[in-house]
Amino acid sequence: MALLEARGVNVVYEPSRGQRIWAVRDVNLTLEAGEFVGIVGESGCGKTTLGYALTRMLRPPARLDGGVITFDGTDIATLAGEQLRRRRRNGFALVMQSGMNALNPVRSIGHQFGDVLKANARPGDHLDAAAIRQRSTSLLESVQLDAEVLGRFPHELSGGMRQRVSIALALALEPRLIVFDEPTTALDVIVQEAVIQTIKDLQRDRGFTAVLISHDLGVVLEATDRVLVMYGGRIVEDQPAAVIAEGAHHPYTEALLNCYADPRADEVVLGGIPGSPPDLSLTEPGCPFTPRCPLAQDICREVDPPLAPLGRGWAACHVRAPAVRAGVEAGRAS
Amino acid sequence: MPADLTPVPDAPATTPVADNGTGPPRPPVPELTLSHVTKVYRARRRTPDSRPDQRRVVAVNDVSFSIAPGAAVGLVGASGSGKSTLAGMITGSQRPTDGSIRFGAVAVERLRAGGLRRLHHQVQMVFQDPYSALNPLHTVEYTLTRPCQNFLGMSGAQARERVAELLETVGLTPASQFAPKLPHQLSGGQRQRVLIARALASEPTLIVADEPVSMLDVSLRAGVLNLLADLRRDRGLSLLYITHDLLSARVITDELLVLYRGQVVEQGATKEVLQHPDHPYTRQLIGAVANPFAAAHGAIPSTDRETT
Amino acid sequence: MTVLTAMPPPPEAPGRAANVRSGTASSVPGPLRFGGRAIRTIWSNGKARAGLIMLGLFICIAVFAPLIAPHSPTATSFTPYSGPTSTNWFGTTGNGQDVFSQLIYGSRVSLLVGFGAGALATLVAVTLGLIAGYRPGLVDELLGFVTNLALVIPALPLMIVLAAYLQGHSVWTIVLVVAFTSWATGARVIRSQTATLRTRDFVTSAVFSGERLLRVVFREILPNMTSLVAASFFAAATAAILAEASLEFLGLGNPATVSWGTILYAAEQQNALLTGQWLMVLAPGLAIALLMMSLTLINFGVDALSNPRLREK
Repeated sequence: MALLEARGVNVVYEPSRGQRIWAVRDVNLTLEAGEFVGIVGESGCGKTTLGYALTRMLRPPARLDGGVITFDGTDIATLAGEQLRRRRRNGFALVMQSGMNALNPVRSIGHQFGDVLKANARPGDHLDAAAIRQRSTSLLESVQLDAEVLGRFPHELSGGMRQRVSIALALALEPRLIVFDEPTTALDVIVQEAVIQTIKDLQRDRGFTAVLISHDLGVVLEATDRVLVMYGGRIVEDQPAAVIAEGAHHPYTEALLNCYADPRADEVVLGGIPGSPPDLSLTEPGCPFTPRCPLAQDICREVDPPLAPLGRGWAACHVRAPAVRAGVEAGRAS
Repeated sequence: MPADLTPVPDAPATTPVADNGTGPPRPPVPELTLSHVTKVYRARRRTPDSRPDQRRVVAVNDVSFSIAPGAAVGLVGASGSGKSTLAGMITGSQRPTDGSIRFGAVAVERLRAGGLRRLHHQVQMVFQDPYSALNPLHTVEYTLTRPCQNFLGMSGAQARERVAELLETVGLTPASQFAPKLPHQLSGGQRQRVLIARALASEPTLIVADEPVSMLDVSLRAGVLNLLADLRRDRGLSLLYITHDLLSARVITDELLVLYRGQVVEQGATKEVLQHPDHPYTRQLIGAVANPFAAAHGAIPSTDRETT
Repeated sequence: MTVLTAMPPPPEAPGRAANVRSGTASSVPGPLRFGGRAIRTIWSNGKARAGLIMLGLFICIAVFAPLIAPHSPTATSFTPYSGPTSTNWFGTTGNGQDVFSQLIYGSRVSLLVGFGAGALATLVAVTLGLIAGYRPGLVDELLGFVTNLALVIPALPLMIVLAAYLQGHSVWTIVLVVAFTSWATGARVIRSQTATLRTRDFVTSAVFSGERLLRVVFREILPNMTSLVAASFFAAATAAILAEASLEFLGLGNPATVSWGTILYAAEQQNALLTGQWLMVLAPGLAIALLMMSLTLINFGVDALSNPRLREK
């Protein structure tokens, strides 16, 4: 049985003033235990929103609008309050973007570990100061940090260290699914690499299912086994990481790949993607990438492309992965 | 990343309006020379357990280099390498503890308020975070008219005309649509273009770009980098490009300096440094560049692999 | 480096349609437009709207007092010490003056002192706060010392001493005394905020654009502190209203002034509660409380003033 199954997940932002925005549209997703999946896309494509939706961390004005999210057999989309909180222990966790902002600036790191451990203690757990300290130290060690960090405050740590502390705090709950939301943005290249390596090692050693969300395709490909590409709130491609860089793909994926190059090559041409992401307050049918797509055809403007087989995975493109007639009819009917 | 975007399409990289050569002759671009520049910070307060040597932080240690007129030089290093401190000293925001910085005949390290203002006429900066570098309460037009009025002595009406020109130059067309916007109504790429327009407004001869694309999506970087390259070529500007990202440095610079802990550990033509790195830190930086093609093949590709 | 300024903003609602603002083709708008927009911004918040309506009522009462009050507040032609009657709805004072009319006219003094002292205190706080925050070093240390001194000395006793010492005994004396004792909190807060804003990139950018010191402080930094200054003002005005009433109640004001505080002073003098004239105590007390509450409610709506994102429809 898959660890997490999401069917028909929609997330809508409903600000008290202004238009409704559909940030995530009709996402279907299956995560097996132990998988390492990456979600990649530009700013505003909905990847962060999806990550928050899957871990039930959405806050008003964002709202889950229909859909089923089954975690280990239980539908967590309908849980709330204490029931939801209890599921987080040994369940799912989220490491937020810029872990720095997730740390309380006026409490020492040790205190924050204590808070997390005490809040999630099971009855019968003996959590005195020594036990907390010992557990915190072992958690810090697993992210390559020294025990002396416990006595420090967040502003005394470097960006990379703070990110590691955030990861360690997520590990404190022994989750089976961890969503990392842009863990390396705002870190410089060398620290990025180190943090990604730490995440990879942790995932391999502890076997949790990991979801890595990033706008940087290079980072995602370095760490993950499977990549989901999102655009305009939808998943437009789903492939094993090993094959993303070769063969034909969804035009957006190809355009993204063009934005990367090896700086040591004799000739380096850096691509970009002209135009800008779609306005998510509109709900017109058709492929969201059409205005910026070099392969756009009439059908792209009229019909939502369903995910159809492409290579070793799936893509939502009329041109590259045309769905079978019956499938298209079903897509149009829904 | 900031995610509020307008439906106005982000302008593709365009070649700017070409200078048809009928304007006034451009003044010669001065050379920027740094000699033995050092910056040492002293921690202001003593903590009970700090030793005397812990309180001194050497941010920049005996750095010397020069930027020839019209050249594009890259300064590469991780955070803590001192590159932002160097940028601050070159633009006059900070003063070196030792050494000299000469821009043409001007000794930058000795300038005071009035001299600094005159320096900013020639030396401008493009900041890293396009959101925090724009006053959230000022429209694009206001932000761009200020340097025109301060440095070029233009009247309000003249400045507004120039703003339209500047917006066209950086590809934010139609200018009338962007001029009344507030920063939060623009996308990240658009904001960065506004910053570049503001840097250009005073007709500078040297632009210091501090990580101008690191906060932008990868799909937007090429556009902004091409813009900088075109501007440099068309106006003969000198460019100091500061970054930790070797790929963008490769695309836009001719010469590269690698900074590690405040010192220049490697220097040379950009392609040369990247293809044949000497110093282990340079190699480490190169290895850290996220390259989808490397990951796919499970090995570092050969140096003459081309991108499609 | 502070966490708030260095990091990119957290994920927010994506893809919002643009609102091109008409009528702001030029830069920072003139004071009138600013005032109009400020009121509209505050009006959009529910609590603040209630506060604005209440304040509006009080201002109307104060302005139209001669039309609303049935009698002259100082006329001593009524039976003294009487309870509520048809001519004197709230009873009379020991001097035979109509309490209700006094209540109406008293709103003028409360509003005047409240806003006057509040504005004066805020002006001093902003000036000193901006200077101290923008120029670290000796100037900051000196001003910080003076501010701390002003904070440490208890306000009410100082006010009492000053009011008793200054023989002026006019409303303006009260305004000065109250302002003098309440500028320090605002100064401290504004100084901190200025120091934070000073290091922001857009201030550096302004300097790079050739802006001079005064322009940087007043056109770049101050507009970003509008919410803070407004909040300080309303807080200071609220405190000033209470302080004025307290001073009058203690008899340190001019007993000839008609204000809510003097009504309470008279009530105290004539043991109003014992003689059953509880309305004479309740009414001014309630009026003071309601006026203060209206200002506090308005304070809920000032956040959006310096955050343009909160303003948008």
